[in-house]
Amino acid sequence: MKRLSLALAGCLMVLAGAAAAQRSDITIGMQLEPPNLDPTAGAAAAIDEVVYANVFEGLTRFGPDGEVLPALAESWEIAPDGLSWVFNLREGVSFHDGLPFTAEDVVFSFDRAMAEGSTNAQKQLFDGINEVTAIDDTTLEIGLDVPKGSLLSNLAWGDAVIVSPASAEGNATNPIGTGPFRFSQWVQGDRIELVRNEEYWGEKPALGKVTFKFISDPTAAFAAMMAGDLDAFPVFPAPENLAQFEADPRFSVIVGSTEGETILAMNNARPPFDDIRVRRAVAHAIDRQAVIDGAMFGYGTPIGSHFAPHNPAYEDLTAKSAYDPELSRALLAEAGHPEGFSTTLTLPPPSYARRGGEIVASQLRAVGIEVEIVNVEWAQWLEQVFTSKDFGLTIVSHTEPMDIGIYARKDYYFGNDDPVMRALMLGLDATSDETERTAILRAAQERVADQQVNAFLFQLAKSGVADARIEGLWANMPTQANDMTGVHWKE
Amino acid sequence: MFRYALTRFVSLALSLVVASLLIFFMLEIVPGDPAAYMLGLNASPETVAALRTELGLDAGPVVRYLGWVSGMLTGDFGTSYTYRTPVAEMILDRIQVSLPLALLALALSTLIALPVGIWAASRRGSLADAGVMGATQLGVAVPNFWFAMLLVLVFAVQLRWFSAGGFPGWDAGLLAGLKALTLPAIALALPQASILARVMRSALLDTLGEDFIRTARAKGLTRGQALRRHAVRNALIPVLTIIGLQFSFLLAGAIIIENVFFLPGLGRLVFQAISQRDLVVVESVVMLLVFAVILVTFLVDLAYAAVDPRLRRPH
Repeated sequence: MKRLSLALAGCLMVLAGAAAAQRSDITIGMQLEPPNLDPTAGAAAAIDEVVYANVFEGLTRFGPDGEVLPALAESWEIAPDGLSWVFNLREGVSFHDGLPFTAEDVVFSFDRAMAEGSTNAQKQLFDGINEVTAIDDTTLEIGLDVPKGSLLSNLAWGDAVIVSPASAEGNATNPIGTGPFRFSQWVQGDRIELVRNEEYWGEKPALGKVTFKFISDPTAAFAAMMAGDLDAFPVFPAPENLAQFEADPRFSVIVGSTEGETILAMNNARPPFDDIRVRRAVAHAIDRQAVIDGAMFGYGTPIGSHFAPHNPAYEDLTAKSAYDPELSRALLAEAGHPEGFSTTLTLPPPSYARRGGEIVASQLRAVGIEVEIVNVEWAQWLEQVFTSKDFGLTIVSHTEPMDIGIYARKDYYFGNDDPVMRALMLGLDATSDETERTAILRAAQERVADQQVNAFLFQLAKSGVADARIEGLWANMPTQANDMTGVHWKE
Repeated sequence: MFRYALTRFVSLALSLVVASLLIFFMLEIVPGDPAAYMLGLNASPETVAALRTELGLDAGPVVRYLGWVSGMLTGDFGTSYTYRTPVAEMILDRIQVSLPLALLALALSTLIALPVGIWAASRRGSLADAGVMGATQLGVAVPNFWFAMLLVLVFAVQLRWFSAGGFPGWDAGLLAGLKALTLPAIALALPQASILARVMRSALLDTLGEDFIRTARAKGLTRGQALRRHAVRNALIPVLTIIGLQFSFLLAGAIIIENVFFLPGLGRLVFQAISQRDLVVVESVVMLLVFAVILVTFLVDLAYAAVDPRLRRPH
């Protein structure tokens, strides 16, 4: 009898071991459901969070730490004048519908994105490109009007992925790319399933099936992780629950950086914020660490300009606008507001804005700036703040990678018109020399901080939760993505 | 009976026309542009304009209203701006969750409430009656989303008998589908059952005081017989009214419960569509819900007539 039970136990252990080794599926939680699955026709982060690097690939791609890596282009050469780039494309690549990938597909994809009437949300990525030509099936030439140092990183965006003329129209609901996973099914409102692409040109992923499940309510997200319905929630919506996960050996908490500069934006075009002394007064009134601790439960890095701290060209400029309520009051008095003034603070829905806004408002009140909080939905925010520029202050996180160029735009919503920034950005695009680029980027950070266009709060952290047995999830979020290619279950 | 049904039907049609006008033009005034929402912070005004043209948002409101209404009459609900799929398909997908959930919750609440209400009424003033009154008072007071979270914590997180939420789809089998709807249905049914039990009890007590019950008793029926044969049927009118209202509420108002259990139902569809300014979806779903509510009211009106013959005759 004893022998029998031992044998049974042995069998069970073998079975359990086999089951553990065979586990090749994963269920990922996301807060928002993508509206469609075509990354070239919409700005929603959720689209890229499902398809980037999984279903679709571009000529280049972002790596886990934001580095630009070759993808469908194996290598490239730049002409000495910087006006012509020749890309050598990978051979033996095919789309999920079986059609071969050639240089013609790249021409089609880029022409489509650049065309008049194109609905590509990041059309400006292609600015300066005057011609895209296929030299042969695996060689592509891009001709430029002016040298463009940012070309490789621009082409790594999800909005610049390569689509096939045969399937481009249907990508919104049935995405067909060249990536390591192919689209399987979408139960709208509930989940999207991807399966391994057995014909993938590169190293095949360890996972056979990836399910993205959509849970918008933070409490429900917590329960779903705890109940084991989900294996990971890479961007967990409730930072207040992270400590509980951290204490639980079944889970690991993964904290990393994002490209999200969270700013208190000011309407530079409108009094009183058209006065730099007022803008500096606002910046000095804010205790960044208190906002990070209070609104984000300690997750986040203070910033002093519009630049990500993990970028090699980053310069810590927080001291330029250090917390100093005395100085703030003095600046207000100097600007003709000894008694302060009153303004509105428009807040979009994310918790960094709603929670952060309450703290910022009370800090501003302490120096005499009377702030009326107006909570709005995203659609309203886009219309009132972003498009009509009808606001005083607002809090928003700019999650696009390397987007300091927005301070060179004339009609951008914070209403600064700065020829110095425009010159800097032109100079940046004209060079692909790293030392030179770094110098220009530093100068740009300093310019934006000196002008105090906005008050810079913190770099948004990415805090996620995962089953402790999962390896290979990205810690950082250099672009909106859940790259599943390197993810696997521990033996 | 026919004339009664006809007048009810005309009022149903009129309500629908008024509702369609209200829904469409109220959403017109709400600020926010679906194209700007879809394209985000980096898009140029030209790109937004191009998308607006592509989505057909350039046309004037009257033209779009007429297009919408005439489309609906032929079963074409339009195409969602953000999802780029036909709205009719989306509604069909979502209603496969919302309708069974509403029916399940309603069945549960009725099955619990009616016997409990009758039982309490027949033992008026007893300890059992007081117990029912207390329990139902609590059931009305407890918010259903809180009760839902409690159910999740106990049955999903601790006991792991159920998933914390989600819906596998009916393709996964009837049992899997029903299992996914069990906790949400209980959470929805509890407050409804409490209200219904109280209404049943008080309606029955009112009827029990009527002369015809005394007559029935005088003719030699026991208290129980009088209750079963005469009182319950007469007490059903207010109960039917409440059931009709509850069904409409359960169909349209399950949105909070859908969020707690992340169910892909109609409520969540509308909620998401509102925040994305996917106006075609909002308009069509709200219209459908209005239609459902009006239809249920119409059916309840007809049911009155079936229960109470006096209502069939014109006054």
